[in-house]
Amino acid sequence: MAENKNCLLCGVGGQGTVLASKLIAFAAMRRGENVRTSETIGMAQRGGCVVSHVRTGDAIASPLVPKHTADVMIAFEPAEAVRCLDYLAPDGAVIVNKKAVMPITVNFGGAGYDADAVLGYLRANVKNLTVVDGDEICELCGSPKVLNIALLAAAACSGMLGMTVDELRECVKLRVNAKYLDMNLRAIDEAEKRFMK
Amino acid sequence: MEKVKFLMGNEAIAAGAIHAGVGLVSGYPGTPSTEILESAAKEANGRYYVEWSTNEKAALEVAAGASYSGARTLVTMKQVGLNVASDPLMSLAYVGVKGGMVIVSADDPGPISSQTEQDTRHFARFSKLPCFDPSSPDEAYAMVGAAYEVSEKYNTPVLLRPTTRVCHGCASVTVDDEYVPHTPDGFVKDTQRWVIFPRTSYLNHIRIEERTPVLADEFSECPFNKIEGNGRLGIACGGISYAYVTEAVRILGLADRVSVLKIGTPYPFPEKLAVEFIGNTDKILVAEELDPVIERELVFLCGKHNLPCRVYGKYTGHSPLAGENTVESVMKYLADFAGIDLPESAKTEAPALPVRPPVLCAGCPHRASFLAVKHAMKGRKAVFSGDIGCYTLGNAKPLDMVDTCLCMGADVTIAQGIHRIEPDTVNFSFIGDSTFFASGMTGVANAVYNDCDLVLMVLDNSITAMTGGQPHPGTGRTMMGTDGGKIDLVKVLEGLGVSHIEVVNPFDFFETVNAVKEAAEMKGVKAVICKAPCVNLVKPGKAKVVNDRCVGCRKCINETGCPALVRDGVKKKVVIESGLCTGCGLCANVCPAMAIE
Repeated sequence: MAENKNCLLCGVGGQGTVLASKLIAFAAMRRGENVRTSETIGMAQRGGCVVSHVRTGDAIASPLVPKHTADVMIAFEPAEAVRCLDYLAPDGAVIVNKKAVMPITVNFGGAGYDADAVLGYLRANVKNLTVVDGDEICELCGSPKVLNIALLAAAACSGMLGMTVDELRECVKLRVNAKYLDMNLRAIDEAEKRFMK
Repeated sequence: MEKVKFLMGNEAIAAGAIHAGVGLVSGYPGTPSTEILESAAKEANGRYYVEWSTNEKAALEVAAGASYSGARTLVTMKQVGLNVASDPLMSLAYVGVKGGMVIVSADDPGPISSQTEQDTRHFARFSKLPCFDPSSPDEAYAMVGAAYEVSEKYNTPVLLRPTTRVCHGCASVTVDDEYVPHTPDGFVKDTQRWVIFPRTSYLNHIRIEERTPVLADEFSECPFNKIEGNGRLGIACGGISYAYVTEAVRILGLADRVSVLKIGTPYPFPEKLAVEFIGNTDKILVAEELDPVIERELVFLCGKHNLPCRVYGKYTGHSPLAGENTVESVMKYLADFAGIDLPESAKTEAPALPVRPPVLCAGCPHRASFLAVKHAMKGRKAVFSGDIGCYTLGNAKPLDMVDTCLCMGADVTIAQGIHRIEPDTVNFSFIGDSTFFASGMTGVANAVYNDCDLVLMVLDNSITAMTGGQPHPGTGRTMMGTDGGKIDLVKVLEGLGVSHIEVVNPFDFFETVNAVKEAAEMKGVKAVICKAPCVNLVKPGKAKVVNDRCVGCRKCINETGCPALVRDGVKKKVVIESGLCTGCGLCANVCPAMAIE
C-alpha cells in the first residue's frame, strides 16, 4: 500500500507549474500508484494566482489537497507561498523561489508587496524551508524556462516529494522535448549541487 | 484493451464516448468543458466525426440529426451554453432519439470561470431528462457508457453534468481504449416520430411522465448511487462533494457514526434507495454544490413517506448557499452536525499579499483596439458594451473600456437598448470573432432592421482565445483537419446591411483612432473590424526597448496597462521586460518623449 503524498504547487500564471505537476504525477504512475491532481485553467490563468494540487497514494478521494496536509509545497513565488501556507502539514517542506513577481496593478497605483517581509515570514514560520535562487540557476542553464525543473529538483532533494532526484532525471528524459533536454538536466544538476543534504 | 491512463476528467469523458462507439461529437468551447471535444478530435483518426459548431444550439441540433439516423452522439458545452441550447433541448426531450445521445453540460461552482452558478440538475428536472453527476474522472468515464445504455433503452437524450473539479482534475483512470463501432442504420422516415406536433407531444408527455418513476427505480439499483456505512448520522452528497465527504469523514474519524448516501443520478432521483437511507438515519446533512437539489428531494421524500427525519443543508443555513465546497468547508459543517470540535490550527499574522487580477497578455491586439476607441472618444459621451471572451478583461484599469457584459452576443443588443433611451450617447459594442458567429449576427440584423445608431467593433483575433484557442467559422479550419467554408466577416456584415464597414489593424494606432472617429459621426449601423491575430498564434516580434529620452512620466503604463512595461523605482524610468514584450509598439504611440523604439 502506497503512503499518501500531498504536494501543492503555486505561482503566477505562465511560470510552468502545470508541467511540474504533470511530472510528479507521471513519476507516481510509473511507481504504480494512484494519482489525483487539480489545476487552475481558464480566466484565472492570465497573470493570476495558479495552484496545482497533486496527490498520490492509495487512500485519496479528493483532487484537492486538504488544508494542513501538504507534505511539500513548491512555490514559484514568495507571496504565493504565504498565500497557500495553510495547506502545509506541520512538518511539511516548502521549496520557494526567491524572486518576487509584482502584480501588474502595482505599476498603476495598485499595492505591491514587501518581498523581504514575505521571505522573513516564511523563514520564521516554516521549519523545513529551502529558498532557491531560481534566477541564478536559470542563467547558468541559459533559459528562464528551466525554473520549474530546478524547483522540482530542489523538492526532490528535500526527500519529502516521494520522488528521488534520479527518478526525476528519468522522468525528464522521458517527457521533455529532446531540444530542451540538456538544459533541464543541467538545472537538475545545479539544484542537486546546492540542495542535496 | 484495458489500460491505466493519466487522464483529465474531460479526457476521461471523451474516452468513455470513444469506447461506446460514438459516431458524432459536436459542441461549443466553454470552460470547464472545452477539452472533452478537443480530446475526442485528437483521438478520432477518421473513426467518427467531430465539429466545433457555431454555438451550442447548432451543436445539439446537429447531434439530434445524427442520433435520429442511429448514430451515438456526444454534445459538449458549459452550463451557460445549455441555456443557448435549451430550445432544442426541451423539444428533443419529447421527440427523443434513436442512437444514444449524451449531452455534457459542465457546471462551474465558484464560479471560477463563468457568468453564473446555475445548476444543470435543474435543467434535468425541467426537461425531465435523466442526469448523471460524476464524482471523479474515473466515474465520469464509467457514467458515459451507462448513459448511452439508458439513452438507447428509453430513446432519450441523457445529461452528464460534471463540475470544474471533475473536468479539470486528473487521475489514473482504467480505460478500455478499443473503439467498438456502433453502426447506425440511417434515417428512417417516420413523421409520427420525428415531427413534433401538439398531438404527439401530448402522448410523449404521458410517456415521459410514466417513464420517470421506472427510471427512478432502475437508478435505485445502479452502482453510481449507493449507501456506505451504517451509522445513524446521515450524510447525503453528490458529484465532487462525495470525494470531499469521504476525506472529511476519515480526517474527523467519524466512519463508525455516519452513513453516506452518494447520489450519482440526481434525476430521476433514486427514491427507493433514498427512502431506505432516510429510514436508517436520525438526521441527515447534505453536502452539495450550487443549488440544494438533493436536499430538496430528501425533504420531499420525508414528507411524501411521512418519515420523521430532519434534513440539514442550505435551506436550514447549515451549509453555504454559494461557492465551491472543499474538504475543509465540509469538515466545518460536518463537525458541527456531529457535535465534535475541529482540530485547532495555529494562526500567525501574515504580511499583506498582493492581489493578482487577470490581465490581457502583453501584445494583445484587444488592448490596442480598446485604447484606440478610448482616444477617439475622448470628451464624447459614449457607452461601451462588451461581451464574453478575453476582451471582457478590457474592463480593468487603466483601460476601463467595458461598461456592460451580460452573455454571449448581448453587446450588440444592449447597446441598442441604451441608444433608445439615451439617443445622444455614442453606443459602441465590442464583440470577438468567435462570439460574433456564435450569437452576434441576429443582434446586428436587429440593429439594421430597426434603424439603430451603433458602432460595432469586431475584435477579430482569428481564434476563440479565452478557452485556449479553438477555430471557428471565420478561420475556416475544422476539427476534422480540413479547410472548411471560411466565412468572410466583411461579406456577412455587408449582407446584413451594415452601412459602413472598415477593416483596420489596431496596431496601426492612429489609423484606427481615425476610423473609429469617422464611424462615430455617421448614422446607422457601422462596423470597424480590428484585425490582428492573438499573441498565442504568432511568433513574437523583436522586443521594444526604452531609450535615454524616457522622462519617467509613465504615460505608457498608465494608458496601456501592458504587463511588459515595468517601473524602475531606482532610475525613475520605465523598462520593458524583454521576455514578455512582443514588439507590438502600442506603447510607442502614447509615449510623449519618443523614448520607445
